[in-house]
Amino acid sequence: MRTVRFDSRDHYRNKVYPSPFHSRQKELNGLKEWSRWFDYLSVPAYTCPTMEYFSGRNTCGVFDITPMVKHLVSGPDALAYMNRLVTRDVAKIKPGRVGYAVWCTDEGQVIDDGTIFHLREGVYRLCSQEHQIDWMMINANGFDVNIIEDTHDVAGLALQGPTSCATLKRMGLTGIEDLTPFGLRYFDLDGIELMVSRTGYTGDLGYELWIDAGYAELLWDRVFAAGELHQIQPMGSDALEMLRIEAGFILAGADFMPAQHTVRPTHTRSPFELGLGWLVDFKKPVFNGRRALLAEKENGSRYALVKLDIEGNKPADSSYVYSSTNKNIGWITSAMWSPSAKKNIALATVETPHGAVGEEMLVEIYYQRELKWSRVKAKARVVKDAFFDPPRRRQTPPADW
Amino acid sequence: MTDTIIIGGGHNGLVCAAYLAKAGHKVTVLEARDKVGGAAVTREFAPGFKVSACAHLLYLLDEGIQKELALASHGLSMAATDLATMAMDEQGQHIRISGARIEGANVTDADQAAMTEYHRYMSRFAAVLGGLNNRVPPRLGTSTGKDLRSLARLGWNIRKMGKHDMRDFLRITGINVYDVLQEEFDNELLKGALSVDGVLGSFLGTRSNNSVFCALHRMSQGGRYSLPEGGMGAVSNAIAAAATQYGAEIRTSSPVKRLLLDFDQVSGVELENGEQLMAKTVVSSADPKTTFNQLLGPQHLEAGFANKIKHLRSRGCVAKLHLALDSLPVFTGLGETQSGNRLLIAPSMNYVERAFNHAKYGEYSEHPVIEITLPSIHDDSVAPQGQHVLSANVQWAPTDLKMGWAEAKHGFTEAVIDVIARYAPDIRSSILHTEMLTPEDIEQQFLIGGGHWHHVELAMDQFLMMRPVPGAAQYASPVDGLWLCGAGSHPGGGVMGCAGRNAANAILKTNRG
Ligand SMILES: Cc1cc2nc3c(=O)[nH]c(=O)nc-3n(C[C@H](O)[C@H](O)[C@H](O)COP(=O)(O)OP(=O)(O)OC[C@H]3O[C@@H](n4cnc5c(N)ncnc54)[C@H](O)[C@@H]3O)c2cc1C
Repeated sequence: MRTVRFDSRDHYRNKVYPSPFHSRQKELNGLKEWSRWFDYLSVPAYTCPTMEYFSGRNTCGVFDITPMVKHLVSGPDALAYMNRLVTRDVAKIKPGRVGYAVWCTDEGQVIDDGTIFHLREGVYRLCSQEHQIDWMMINANGFDVNIIEDTHDVAGLALQGPTSCATLKRMGLTGIEDLTPFGLRYFDLDGIELMVSRTGYTGDLGYELWIDAGYAELLWDRVFAAGELHQIQPMGSDALEMLRIEAGFILAGADFMPAQHTVRPTHTRSPFELGLGWLVDFKKPVFNGRRALLAEKENGSRYALVKLDIEGNKPADSSYVYSSTNKNIGWITSAMWSPSAKKNIALATVETPHGAVGEEMLVEIYYQRELKWSRVKAKARVVKDAFFDPPRRRQTPPADW
Repeated sequence: MTDTIIIGGGHNGLVCAAYLAKAGHKVTVLEARDKVGGAAVTREFAPGFKVSACAHLLYLLDEGIQKELALASHGLSMAATDLATMAMDEQGQHIRISGARIEGANVTDADQAAMTEYHRYMSRFAAVLGGLNNRVPPRLGTSTGKDLRSLARLGWNIRKMGKHDMRDFLRITGINVYDVLQEEFDNELLKGALSVDGVLGSFLGTRSNNSVFCALHRMSQGGRYSLPEGGMGAVSNAIAAAATQYGAEIRTSSPVKRLLLDFDQVSGVELENGEQLMAKTVVSSADPKTTFNQLLGPQHLEAGFANKIKHLRSRGCVAKLHLALDSLPVFTGLGETQSGNRLLIAPSMNYVERAFNHAKYGEYSEHPVIEITLPSIHDDSVAPQGQHVLSANVQWAPTDLKMGWAEAKHGFTEAVIDVIARYAPDIRSSILHTEMLTPEDIEQQFLIGGGHWHHVELAMDQFLMMRPVPGAAQYASPVDGLWLCGAGSHPGGGVMGCAGRNAANAILKTNRG
């Protein structure tokens, strides 16, 4: 499938498409279960989520990121456009670099988060969690830019884990080991342009591979062939979910409601409330939400997003959070037992002024044993750093495995 | 260096300048044209013939402003006051409407009774609306005491009308003038004329919602029609004189090209000739689309706000016809003394609605609604002795005519004169000169984007705290240092002055801290 042609009048008949990797996924999908990720079929788990999770931490795992919404922004005003759109200073993302970003409504409420790839001088790819083309077109008013959504034209594979670099080296990507975190580089794969970025959603050593959708299978086959000796495994979205929570990454729709999908105005979140204040650069004269965020900075935020280290081993999914004096102050948005950190971890939203690093809280966990429900109020502590943050994530060149 | 630059010397810009100067600000007004006044201006359109080139009837000008700026002492006087509205009939069976009183051959007691009641409640509702004209609108979605009190006052003013009137107020302001008049009256000619109040100047038909609201707006300052001596320009000139006396500097032929920014704040303006003038406060009386899209540039705004500005409704629909006449035209069945009134060609509500239909599809109406004044009957200064000026607002003539105005203008002009000639059969023989200003001409000559009477459509969703859009409805724009003071702001267009004064008050309050 290619970029949706709205004049074809057919796009609405099909809602979910096979990914360009589908033929390969189908062979490996032992559980025969499929989920929907926007326009595409996605694999929740090929065999066992936990095993797939461990491939991401101990060897390397492959996850299909084609469904991620992708846009190309180019033209004389591309930088100015991007800078008005997102809260951070895009001028600091040099060609060949990638940056994480959020963008807001005028009210300073987060619409979505995503990554900006500075593909070539003045040409940007914006990957987002949600469909954004409407908002991006609205934002084009007054700018000399070309904007296209090219989600369907580009196939993407995330290759994550300690042996990912070795796999790519074996694949013939000479010099890949020199790529620093958040760098991107182009390679030749049998005459086809392959873009590789050292990015990912796992908080580990890892890469994302981008190729014209017509060559998706070629890429898949080459990656798996090269990875065989490095214990490569296909990875489903369940495993990725565990990896991202351990890394402390937030997910739109899970840890916050995208502002444009929110009906009740108080249910949106600002970057500050998501712990993303570092992405807000007031040194830019204008960006969406700037005035509101300046005011928020002065007057204070309503919520804080915190990482919790919880006592015990019962995952705190959907739990209420209480202050040490037993006042209900928030709720858990993502939770798991972390096999790598060996901790019971969670992301939570709490009302300010709660949420300071080190603050003790209580989490009310309901859990089931052989269908019998029990409840425990577990002690929890707000921690600062990612739950799992191995040095190899940043090491360049990565160690050879 | 001046403290404040005002872009545009229309009457609102001048009022704002006068109040700011009066309060001690150093103010410079920059007007693009060679004369002040904007759409409230008198121009010579043929040798010896002068006309109010856009607005011709004065019915909204705020009394407080007239007094506070002592406009009479600056030369403002009325050539005529309390003009009646004549609902024109081709056969000469006209109806004279003066306040609640109606007279005419076919007017029944029932018509009069209905009119008395209609006038009573419309005046009452209009007064509630008018009570807001001199207020800076409250902000939406805030909980500051001031904003809440302001909203509460509006609620209270509605509530204290009593149960019956309150219910009717809430009911009819949301519906359309056709249904309301249909409920009250039987007389087609009377209904036709009254329905015009709901649509004149707006891109609405009689059956469109907001038309009752527009009628109330028209009556919100009392609803009495006057003609200023020397034409509408006399109003602007008097305000300019007051402003100058308070120390404001007014520069004509000084079109502003763009706003200058210092980081995130407005720091001044650049003129078309390249000259830069710096000021901490810049107030624009140009329409909101011109101000934000052309003078500032949408890229300097946050996208949500810019998008709201982009989608403001501002399609103009009124053309202006000026005739220089060799003699006073004779309207069938209308004595000379009555010809000096406000003459309305709108014989029925269906006529009005049909005239609107064309505009919806980008065509002009060959049978438009026409509002005629003959100011020379009351004012010797506008035409040579014995000769006359006819000034007419003609609706509907959409700005974005499918055919293009260059091609259509002649045919349209002839069609309009033909319609007038049905009421004044000999008029063509006395025409010395004709000037037709299409909305496109108005856009170009008066620098109003879309050529819209109110700069942007006057409607409940573009009124009060939503005028022109939330985020700029308290005259301050989202860009620090940039303010609005024209018809695009609350309480809208017409020669009123309230937007200019409210803006000045808001600026003074902010600068006082
Ligand atoms: C055809 C028509 C008939 C009307 N009839 C009536 C009527 O009978 N009675 C009535 O009360 N109202 C009438 N109105 C409405 C009334 O004329 C306007 O609403 C009112 O005059 C607006 O005043 P303003 O000062 O807000 O804006 P304007 O009068 O539009 O003033 C804005 C000023 O800004 C100037 N300007 C714009 N851009 C620039 C720039 N870049 N640099 C410098 N200067 C700039 C313009 O030249 C203009 O002088 C009519 C309007 C129209 C179009």
